[in-house]
Amino acid sequence: MSVILIFLAGLAVIITWWMAQQRLTSKPWLEVGRASDPARYDGSSIPTAKIGLGVFLAVVGALFTLFISAYFMRMGLADWWAIPIPGLLWANTAVLALSSMAVQWTKIEAQRGHIDAVKFGLLASFATAVGFLIGQLYAWRELVAAGYFIADNPANSFFYLITGMHGLHILGGLVALGRTTVRVWEGNAPLGKIRLSVELCAMYWHFMLLVWLILFALLAGWANDLVEICRQLLT
Amino acid sequence: MVNIPSSIDDPIPPAEVEDVELYHSHSWWTTYVFSQDAKVIAIQYSMTAMSIGVVALVLSWLMRIQLGFPGALPFIDAERYYQFITMHGMIMVIYLLTALFLGGFGNYLIPLMLGARDMVFPYANMLSYWLYLLAVLVLVASFFAPGGPTGAGWTLYPPQAVLSGTPGGQDWGIILMLVSLILFIIGFTMGGLNYVVTVLQGRARGMTLMRMPLTIWGIFTATVMALLAFPALFVASVMMLFDRLLGTSFFMPAIVEMGEQLKHNGGSPILFQHLFWFFGHPEVYIVALPAFGIVSDLISTHARKNIFGYRMMVWAIVIIGALSFVVWAHHMYVSGMNPKFGFFFATTTLIIAVPTALKVYNWILTLWRGDIHLTLPMLFALAFIVTFLNGGLTGLFLGNVVVDVPLSDTLFVVAHFHMVMGVAPIMVVFGAIYHWYPKITGRMLDETMGRIHFWVTFLGAYLIFFPMHYLGLLGMPRRYYEMGETAFVPPSAHTLNEFITIMALIVGAAQMLFLFNLFWSYRRGKDAGGNPWRATTLEWQTPTTPPPHGNWGKDLPIVYRWAYDYSVPGAAEDFIPQNQPNPDRISREHMS
Amino acid sequence: MAVVLILVLVAVASVVFHLLSPWWWTPIASNWHYIDNTIIITFWITGFVFVAVVLFVAYCVFRFRHKPGNRAHYEPESRKLEFWLATLTAIGVAAMLAPGLFVWNQFVTVPSDATEVEVVGQQWLWSYRLPGADGRLGTSETRDVTSDNPLGLNKNDPAGLDDVIIQGGELHLPVNKSVKMLLRSIDVLHDFYVPEFRAKMDMVPGMVTYFWFTPTRTGTFEVLCAELCGVGHPQMRGTVIVDTEEDYQTWLQQQQTFTQMMASGETKTVN
Repeated sequence: MSVILIFLAGLAVIITWWMAQQRLTSKPWLEVGRASDPARYDGSSIPTAKIGLGVFLAVVGALFTLFISAYFMRMGLADWWAIPIPGLLWANTAVLALSSMAVQWTKIEAQRGHIDAVKFGLLASFATAVGFLIGQLYAWRELVAAGYFIADNPANSFFYLITGMHGLHILGGLVALGRTTVRVWEGNAPLGKIRLSVELCAMYWHFMLLVWLILFALLAGWANDLVEICRQLLT
Repeated sequence: MVNIPSSIDDPIPPAEVEDVELYHSHSWWTTYVFSQDAKVIAIQYSMTAMSIGVVALVLSWLMRIQLGFPGALPFIDAERYYQFITMHGMIMVIYLLTALFLGGFGNYLIPLMLGARDMVFPYANMLSYWLYLLAVLVLVASFFAPGGPTGAGWTLYPPQAVLSGTPGGQDWGIILMLVSLILFIIGFTMGGLNYVVTVLQGRARGMTLMRMPLTIWGIFTATVMALLAFPALFVASVMMLFDRLLGTSFFMPAIVEMGEQLKHNGGSPILFQHLFWFFGHPEVYIVALPAFGIVSDLISTHARKNIFGYRMMVWAIVIIGALSFVVWAHHMYVSGMNPKFGFFFATTTLIIAVPTALKVYNWILTLWRGDIHLTLPMLFALAFIVTFLNGGLTGLFLGNVVVDVPLSDTLFVVAHFHMVMGVAPIMVVFGAIYHWYPKITGRMLDETMGRIHFWVTFLGAYLIFFPMHYLGLLGMPRRYYEMGETAFVPPSAHTLNEFITIMALIVGAAQMLFLFNLFWSYRRGKDAGGNPWRATTLEWQTPTTPPPHGNWGKDLPIVYRWAYDYSVPGAAEDFIPQNQPNPDRISREHMS
Repeated sequence: MAVVLILVLVAVASVVFHLLSPWWWTPIASNWHYIDNTIIITFWITGFVFVAVVLFVAYCVFRFRHKPGNRAHYEPESRKLEFWLATLTAIGVAAMLAPGLFVWNQFVTVPSDATEVEVVGQQWLWSYRLPGADGRLGTSETRDVTSDNPLGLNKNDPAGLDDVIIQGGELHLPVNKSVKMLLRSIDVLHDFYVPEFRAKMDMVPGMVTYFWFTPTRTGTFEVLCAELCGVGHPQMRGTVIVDTEEDYQTWLQQQQTFTQMMASGETKTVN
């Protein structure tokens, strides 16, 4: 469970930093009327939807961190045989990275107001993300064909479980991306709205890419080496 | 009430956050059923939670009858008994208390108390309720599935939860249970995002964090915790579902069941317990913190006195919330985990007692030199103090690792958690309903019925659970379908069990009176007016009661003071609403 | 006024109930009276706090209940008072925690002269295994469980061949000798629980858990399962008999070893 505790400690630092700006030591009964510091009285000037997505990503982060915690705890038991990583995953990773870059490019184009570029960018990121998912399914098929079934070994079980969970999150992201694409295509949404939507998609996409890179490192076994190094440093 | 800037030295800067765009409903369906109004969603959440709560209440009757008078109801066999206790526990903890405090009170009070028109993401808020309803329906469906609901105990410990020696283990019961939990968690996350972000972004101008009522602090902190703790239950549920359906071995070691070797190999049941309690312990505070917050406001309002030590109350809520993530293994002292953990978790657990005790002191110090109106909400608040104190103190037994060894898995534990997490928060739920019902409906709940309900519930519940500790001390284990002949259990213990059962039946019946009161007063209750308790917080200052969709009419309120300006020296009235500009110019410097 | 009276009554009646309750812990039969002592300390401290707070509330309600013309005192906070209350509480908590951790340290430190006794749980039956003449228990594995080897002992481990196996019978222990109970389960969670010994621990399939104690008086004690293990949970009972050394030896001689058990199992299959 130490991984999730480290994650929560990180969140605690962010929350503490935020709370430190909220004057939690002030004496509110002495401050009748409006104090001289009006900016602090309202919510943040960051768009509400962005804050909402930020909080949501913290929850998703906790979810994947807990899977990783469980992975490490289960890995310590005797019957663990690491699963070979299909080479296809490298290609998939590249495709997902491409998708992330496409959304980033779209975001920049949206800020410049190039609607046609935005349309193209959205389609490109949508297509690459779908490509990633198909690639993942192929990787599964490859493993099953090679005889690595889900129930044979906990390493196999975790592989399917974690990649599947990540895939579902990408799928959920595709719904949001698809809605944005449709809205841009219909052409009656104000530019500000489109910018925000694309920005939110970009945030989510980069986050899911980051999660994937961590998961990939974990499943490929490099994370174990890292943990081993940490353990040796500590002892 | 119209909000007029009071004087020149109270300049009002322009709003920095845009007014929320309200979803406009067009038909009866979108106004009352698929509504995006947080208040309607709150009522939907509360009604659903209370309905499923009645099921849990009936289940508790049935199990108590079996314990007090074994065999009196022949249809309660061991299988059914375990199904009843499991469903009772699960419903009460998750589908009633969590849903009611966060989905019910959270939805109703957050926008109103903060001076917002609605939650920030109304559509997700609506989805949250419908997913919750779906989760409840899946749970209910398990009663009708072949094999019935799961009987694994609410903790659902593997391996037994998915084996045939447990009701529902190899049937549909456990599957539906896990699916229902997963749905609940997804739905809750949608609602939870709303509660958190509304507190962050939706506050009226002037509503600093330190001007928020403690109710909001409690709900806010509890929601943050829930958002981070529920994923652990989600992970555990998904993994157990894999074990059950796909034959994986996350939690399942090599097992010989009834002489037959199963295919599982090498899994760790303790891993499940870590994940479960990583959720399960914060869950206690997810229920308790909103109760702490609400009861602070009830005591302050009805004692006409500011809450004593507001800052300490806020810090204590935050500290308790943070600490509750590093105490989970105190549920696992005798689980077979590394015994060295006991030192750490006993220490963290007992440290939590300090901020919690400070909260109790501040509640009772608020009563000191107050002007105590013994209204129904105040009575329930007093009952909360007594029962929470009792349950909290017995927590010091169970949290202290070695003291827990003889007491764990006995009725002492059952008595403890019912007192601290069952009776005490439910006292707050009742107090809160008597307090806010006038705002929700415009009418007061009937006082006579209310008083009968209060005395029977408070004294009855105390008489059920206080003596039960001593049965645990005697050594009677929990989760026993029947005690049977046991050498160390004297006949008097069975008499006590009969007494407890009779009290449970009476207390349960009193809740029917309460439900009747809810319906009766809706039509026949006394007219309440906008602010019957003469309270300071914003929800009582709405232009109309009950507040319409959008809450505030044309102009949003502006906040000039904290939530506890009761009996301010020099002020004409004994309360000053939060949105009242400063007419009195009272110097308060000497009061620091 | 009814409220005041009832609050006082709740405090007083709780104390009276505690003092007069016929339901109290079973007479102890092990060395863990330390645990009982920590419970007593905890009762004193928590009992005092409970009575003090409830009586204070009752007094407040009596003294400051609403009368026409009353007005509450205005007092946002008092750092001094809060500081002292926090300090006092911390001292009270420490007074419970310190002895608790001290005793826990004893609880998890098994004396080196403790004899090992294995308890195996399965739905819904207790079995036991004692080391044979060599004083060591042989290895075991859930995968090796068969109908004629119900505890899954390793047949190739010489240390296990002379182990004494008691399936579904009574366990005898010699008085005043420390025992380390090794706990194992072959199906679901169980918990070996004898109220008179105070100690208990879950049995988890796939691992071996333990606790230790010293029986301090002879007698017959009932074993219960304290961790929900399916519908038969309440029927999962057993008996532990604490004997004098001579009685224990007499009993031990009559028990079957693993080798004998397998031999008798084979004759049965031959027949």
